[in-house]
Amino acid sequence: MGQTIAEKIFSEKLSRPVRAGEYVIAPIDCAMLHEGFVRSWMQLMSAGVSTVWDPDKIVVLFDHYVPAPTERMASAHMMVRNVIQATGIKHYYGEREGICHQVMIEKGHALPGALVVGTDSHTCSYGALGAAGTGIGTTEMAYVLARGELWFRVPETVKFALRGKLPKIVASKDILLHIAGRFGVEIAQYKSAEFVGEAADAMSIEGRITMSNMAVEIGAKFGFFNTDDKTLEYLKGRAAVPSRKLAADADAAYASAYDVDVSDLEPQVACPHSVGNVKPVREAQGTPVNQALLGSCTNGRLEDLRVAAEILKGRSVNRFTRLYVYPASREVYIDAMKSGVIQTLSEAGAIICNPCCGPCFGGHAGLLAPGERCISSTNRNFKGRMGSADAEVYLASPATVAASALRGAITDPREV
Amino acid sequence: MAGLKFQGTVWTFGDNIDTDQINPGQYMDLPAEEASEHVFEAIAPEFSKEFKAGELIVAGNNFGCGSSRETAPDVLKYVGAAAIVAESFGRIFFRNAVAIGLPVLVCPGISAQTKGGDTLEVDIEAALVRNLTTNKEFKGERLHEMMLNSLRKGGIMKLLSEG
Repeated sequence: MGQTIAEKIFSEKLSRPVRAGEYVIAPIDCAMLHEGFVRSWMQLMSAGVSTVWDPDKIVVLFDHYVPAPTERMASAHMMVRNVIQATGIKHYYGEREGICHQVMIEKGHALPGALVVGTDSHTCSYGALGAAGTGIGTTEMAYVLARGELWFRVPETVKFALRGKLPKIVASKDILLHIAGRFGVEIAQYKSAEFVGEAADAMSIEGRITMSNMAVEIGAKFGFFNTDDKTLEYLKGRAAVPSRKLAADADAAYASAYDVDVSDLEPQVACPHSVGNVKPVREAQGTPVNQALLGSCTNGRLEDLRVAAEILKGRSVNRFTRLYVYPASREVYIDAMKSGVIQTLSEAGAIICNPCCGPCFGGHAGLLAPGERCISSTNRNFKGRMGSADAEVYLASPATVAASALRGAITDPREV
Repeated sequence: MAGLKFQGTVWTFGDNIDTDQINPGQYMDLPAEEASEHVFEAIAPEFSKEFKAGELIVAGNNFGCGSSRETAPDVLKYVGAAAIVAESFGRIFFRNAVAIGLPVLVCPGISAQTKGGDTLEVDIEAALVRNLTTNKEFKGERLHEMMLNSLRKGGIMKLLSEG
């Protein structure tokens, strides 16, 4: 009997074959912490622990509150910097490099076959490169920092076979939203998701990251793609160790498997207040938007910004709509600058922000007033997610966000 | 909490109660004392004033879906929720609750047959819920021994400090 990707990775970690459903204590290859470090460290201190298990396997950066919006947060950042110096934690990126998941991937910390935990639910993004990445809380992270291991239930796997070829302008974001809408936000609850098939193979690494990122929105612990030549090419020069190809065995056992034909897929939008409340964009067409948000760890890569720039080139964002752009990282920011994408967006009236999580989770910057509406390329549209509990967030692809910013109302990008 | 058994009045919630409803992002960086004033603010504004320590929460599917913010189970523990019983939980919320010593139990069929104000007896070790108001009994999914151990000790940090 063959194995799924999750079973393969846990079997390697445990040095014995394991099956879905088993509870195991597994060694962690890499632990990622953003501002969550503060809580984890305080937990450790109160347990009387002041050294970490392996300073080389810990990555720390700031992204949720950058630049520090309050004195409280500035003090929290300061405390973390002091601890980093005292503990010798090797991979510290501060507020400089960008949003944690993009930085983890760019800097080669998320590698095929690795077991990676992070204090952020979208740590499942790393499945795009074949890493078993998953989000945990700050207390479990404190335990990991001390021991370098954590308990897991080896998850069952749900397979999504993406058939056909995506139509022009329709993006991987649209596929994920379509899956959430069609199968529900619990379709992969407690499970690992594998996205396979010709549309998955044809997808860019950037597009794959978007889908893996949102695997948690359908309940998943991991969101894997098979690693292929594109993965190895992407990781070249980034990873310190050689990467490898990883895929499930042909006779692996799945909890369930679904065929998703993407050949006729239209641009999709998740309406308030659930990622599963999905319809084709044309059915929400004309709904006025006060704010448009392009970027984030979900859709803030060069490919995403470029498609928006192509739509907005030589045009102007609706004067009563504000378009905020959050590139996912400094690397993306620089590439977008060099390629003229930033200039095009800025000339169209977009407000270019620094790479950070600010408005996506409602922390600070770019929040919504009561009664306002935002079209966003981010990952969640929960009630109260982006400021007022009486505001609305619609989730869509970068193309749909750009087209909607242009018109000041939700717009099918195929029309502009 | 001898034997992880609790008896109390129930507050009920529906499906897909996400972490942003439990602990909105705007208040995420506040100390638990202040953040707890905003718990369930958008969907049950009376909760923070009227919920009494020792009471129970019963919810539908996917309770605590969304963010990995541990402040969500943390504020519920802070206000004194004795245990949360749901049809299913968001995975990370579930782990976090176990890690901080907030008892949780998956119990299919519970939400349709429980009303706010009912008195429930929840036995986490036995994975049994008895509705004392209606005299109905529900079988939950027993937690793995590793998770029960965390709950017995009051959280995994206790496991750490005990070596």
